Amino acid sequence: MKPAAFDYLRPSSRREACELLHEAGDDARLIAGGQSLMAVLNMRLAQPKRLIDIAGIEDLHYIERRDDHLAVGAGVTQAELLEHPGLAEAVPLLAQAMPWIGHWQTRNRGTVCGSIAHADPSAELPLCLAALGGQVVLENRRGKSRRVMAEDFFQGVLTTDRRQDELITEVRFPLARPGAEYRFREVAMRHGDFAIVALAAVIDSDRLTLGVGGVADRPVAREFVRHADPSEALNALAWSLGAEDDAHATAAYRRQLIRELGLELIAGGPSNEENAHARQG
Amino acid sequence: MHARADQRIRVTLTLNGRERSGYAEPRTQLCDFLRHELGATGTHVGCEHGVCGACTVRVDGRASRSCLMLAVQAEGRRLDTVESLAGEEGLSDLQQAFRRHHALQCGFCTAGILMSCEEFLDCVADPSEAQVRDMLSGHLCRCTGYTGMVLAVLEVARTRCEAAVPDSQQENNDV
Repeated sequence: MKPAAFDYLRPSSRREACELLHEAGDDARLIAGGQSLMAVLNMRLAQPKRLIDIAGIEDLHYIERRDDHLAVGAGVTQAELLEHPGLAEAVPLLAQAMPWIGHWQTRNRGTVCGSIAHADPSAELPLCLAALGGQVVLENRRGKSRRVMAEDFFQGVLTTDRRQDELITEVRFPLARPGAEYRFREVAMRHGDFAIVALAAVIDSDRLTLGVGGVADRPVAREFVRHADPSEALNALAWSLGAEDDAHATAAYRRQLIRELGLELIAGGPSNEENAHARQG
Repeated sequence: MHARADQRIRVTLTLNGRERSGYAEPRTQLCDFLRHELGATGTHVGCEHGVCGACTVRVDGRASRSCLMLAVQAEGRRLDTVESLAGEEGLSDLQQAFRRHHALQCGFCTAGILMSCEEFLDCVADPSEAQVRDMLSGHLCRCTGYTGMVLAVLEVARTRCEAAVPDSQQENNDV
């Protein structure tokens, strides 16, 4: 289908974008790469009166390695981050998980921050941000910025802590800690489809953080003390997420995937073969 | 730039090396602009929500869905479509390989697939079969089962690599 009619606004600064958001109230949507939003508009699941395109804002286009995190500006595409030299060393979880985002052709335009803003509960980037304990940086029309932890930012299906006149300017992924291991697994009907279950793990010698996507209404990260047999903890985690039956999988299958994939992930077997496919920096 | 919903905006872009312009409403998808306004009907439109890949074109070199992009977003950009592939000598090496390996049947999806394959071969000179299949996973073809496409892409990668080797050896000899 074709999208319903909307006004199209292309601000040239962050401040202007926030002003436009404020003026438009609930009638506006932000667009960057548009790889989720355009599909929603074409199917008329959303019919905003105004579309605010932030692609023309120059100073959002950066990837910066800082003291303890990798900062990714709102203009950066998923392909650009995946090709960023040293990504596998700086944030290894992203290097493993990002080839699972959509397809080559959608990663070329889809942005990193756009995926975070969209907050699909089965999306890979929100899961990584939650598992790593990253932050989202938002700016309002007065030029004031605030940082929100991932666990507070994601509030439900396609629902976040972003206020109406705020723009996500960057997301911050914590850098790899020495000695920690990072692993990712996903099960989907086909590679590139939405995850039925995706797991991201940060494994230290005495504890581990396990992030789960595709099950609850948002990505969930839990920290555990490491035991010789993690089966019980995984089972408790699987039951705690309120899995539901849907067209893609039953709740029982999702719980089983958390248990099985979780064991595999913690044991550290061979990673998903597909992870080696995408071009990387 | 502020455009009203009913306003027709002039969009200028470089299509297959030539500067072209036309008019689009804010909501006009890039694929419709290419076909209806510029008459470049080589690009096909399938699902209109980014799943099938039939409408894939190259935007500043990058393979992208033209149904997930607005015409107004293409202002000033370089666009390459399937019309760019064949030269005066006839079909390109990739197109010939598709033909040889029966990588198409009805051909509806082919225009988009060729554009993805071209960008892929620019980025990955010597791909594995798994890499080719991963790239093709962004496209739906209901006729072929993809095997012919995989063979065609691998063959073109090989011949392009072989063609590139003598040149570099020559350079080494000169040094």
